[in-house]
Amino acid sequence: MSEAAVKTKQVMLVEAYNMALADAMADDEKVVVLGEDVADAEEGGVCGVTRGLSSRFGTKRVRSTPITEQAIMGAAIGASLVGWKPVAEIMLMNFTTVAMDMIVNHAAKLRYMTGGQTHVPLVIRTMTGAGFSSGGQHSDFFEAWFAHTAGMKVVIPSTPEDAYGLTRSAIDDPDPVMIVENMPLYWTKGDAPNPGHRVPIGKAVVRVPGNDITIVSYARTHLESLGALKALGEAGVSAEIIDLRSIQPWDEECVLESVRKTGRLLIVHEAVKPFGVGAEIAATVNEKLFGQLKAPVERLGAPFNSVPFSQPLEALHVPNAARIAEKAIAMVKG
Amino acid sequence: MNSNSPDGPTQLEIFRKMALLKANDERSRKVISSGRLVMPYYSYRGQEVIPSALAVNLRDDDYLCTIYRGIHDMLAKGLPLKSLWAEIAGRVDGTCKGKGGPMHLTDVSKGVMVTTGIVGSSMPIANGLAWAAQLEGTDQVAVATFGDGASNIGAFHEALNLAAVWKLPTIFLCQNNRYAEHTRFDVGTSAAQVADRAKGYGIPGVRVDGNDPVAMYTVAREAVERARAGEGPTLIEAMTFRFHGHVFGDAGGYIPKEEYAEAVANDPYPRFRAQLIANGIASEEELAGIEAGYEAEIDAAVEFALNSPFPGAEELTSDVYGVVA
Repeated sequence: MSEAAVKTKQVMLVEAYNMALADAMADDEKVVVLGEDVADAEEGGVCGVTRGLSSRFGTKRVRSTPITEQAIMGAAIGASLVGWKPVAEIMLMNFTTVAMDMIVNHAAKLRYMTGGQTHVPLVIRTMTGAGFSSGGQHSDFFEAWFAHTAGMKVVIPSTPEDAYGLTRSAIDDPDPVMIVENMPLYWTKGDAPNPGHRVPIGKAVVRVPGNDITIVSYARTHLESLGALKALGEAGVSAEIIDLRSIQPWDEECVLESVRKTGRLLIVHEAVKPFGVGAEIAATVNEKLFGQLKAPVERLGAPFNSVPFSQPLEALHVPNAARIAEKAIAMVKG
Repeated sequence: MNSNSPDGPTQLEIFRKMALLKANDERSRKVISSGRLVMPYYSYRGQEVIPSALAVNLRDDDYLCTIYRGIHDMLAKGLPLKSLWAEIAGRVDGTCKGKGGPMHLTDVSKGVMVTTGIVGSSMPIANGLAWAAQLEGTDQVAVATFGDGASNIGAFHEALNLAAVWKLPTIFLCQNNRYAEHTRFDVGTSAAQVADRAKGYGIPGVRVDGNDPVAMYTVAREAVERARAGEGPTLIEAMTFRFHGHVFGDAGGYIPKEEYAEAVANDPYPRFRAQLIANGIASEEELAGIEAGYEAEIDAAVEFALNSPFPGAEELTSDVYGVVA
């Protein structure tokens, strides 16, 4: 099969995550997976991300745990201190709250507090996202909390290639990396990743070049931004669409270079707008490009409320293509 | 005598550690009182027997996760005095280049893997180190030490349960000094004994007089042997008392005077010292020599620490992330 033929094969994100874990485990016997229901006896994860791994690599390396987030994170931290590379699944991002002490006070800080004597090369996989009427405790995006914690890295892929490449880079990384898996994207398709593919943490990507406005987003809101292109084109607005991919560290250079060209920036995310990732990016762009901006930097995020259950309300909660287009057109056309 | 009881040389070894620990605590309080060092200091005076009797059963490659009141645990495990003092003085020659301080002392070469300032958090991480030993098929053990107050926090229960279901070589060592910060044990703890809580997790739970070196040694040895043999975790509740309150400066107004006086009268240090002499294990001169030796070592460590430079400004922002290969 030619390389081009391999390249055109389409896979879903859920498969890409699975492939990344399998390839990492095959390449390095120090990679171990733990979390609630991750082994095949428990059906390989609620969405099947880890399906098949325990059958292939054994339950010693792919270990289901009780529902015990603090103990999961503690076990992952301890093992990582002495050379293991644990990939710990915290089933839902809201459940990271239960393990916050382990993540924030320990995983993130041990390298610094020990003067570099120890470090914590672990990966936290966690899924989230509105779209399933899961209500207020199963859908939140908390990436800003972790991005605000020195010592943590945070990535949020939106394509199968990035899901694979960022997972591999996260496992290679010497520090704790949280992979936020946006649940509605699990079953979207894209080009299959090449085995061994890596996406550097901290690198964004310009998906669509444009001249009038830069739209920075990630995960589902990135797909919504792409979905806004048609309306933007019809309005005569040329938008440059950036998929941020990494939240901490974020690719300042890529965003600044784009905004230098377009003079306008709209940041879109599913997390609530106040104190979110958009605020950090907006502040940085204001500091560095103040005189070159043609319009104030704007943000679109969820309103400042919990994720609602009722479908029409949930749909209103997440910025969509129509609202992105409307906002961007207003910014360009004044 | 139980086959797990300490012989004479082992008892002397326990005493050596106790002498080091006691002298170091006394010096720490003296140096802080003099104003030469500033830190939150959690005196362990009165609790020396527990880590001393445990540590003679451990190797350098066994793991320890301890807490803010844990300098006795670390010294017993072998953390060197000079790097200890340099760290608590915030100097570059400290175990953590002065960036961790007394609550985060670490020495991987001695198995002092994590020191936490968060009540209860030593336990989940000790499980991870024990899991690593299990994955590697070694006979290393991991010890989590913590206070009686920590047995009321969720991390304790999650950690005991996981250690039990995974049969991890973790030793949960509760140093019950009768007060959780200022709250008396029975006021804050529903169980009559912390050790009773082991039943709920299907693991052995033992309450022992943590001020009795022979009893403490025996219980610790059994737990260590059990863990090394792959038979799983043990919860030890070692009864003790802290003589100087929760944190340096705490006058202990919440402790009844009679209770305090009785505990001090039963100070385990002079008691064990006299016992060694009475049993012919060591002479007064020998023990005095050990004590004088530590005083001199501590003199040198304090001097070393105070002459060590402070970390440079570049250290403020280093060690946040490592280098990506």
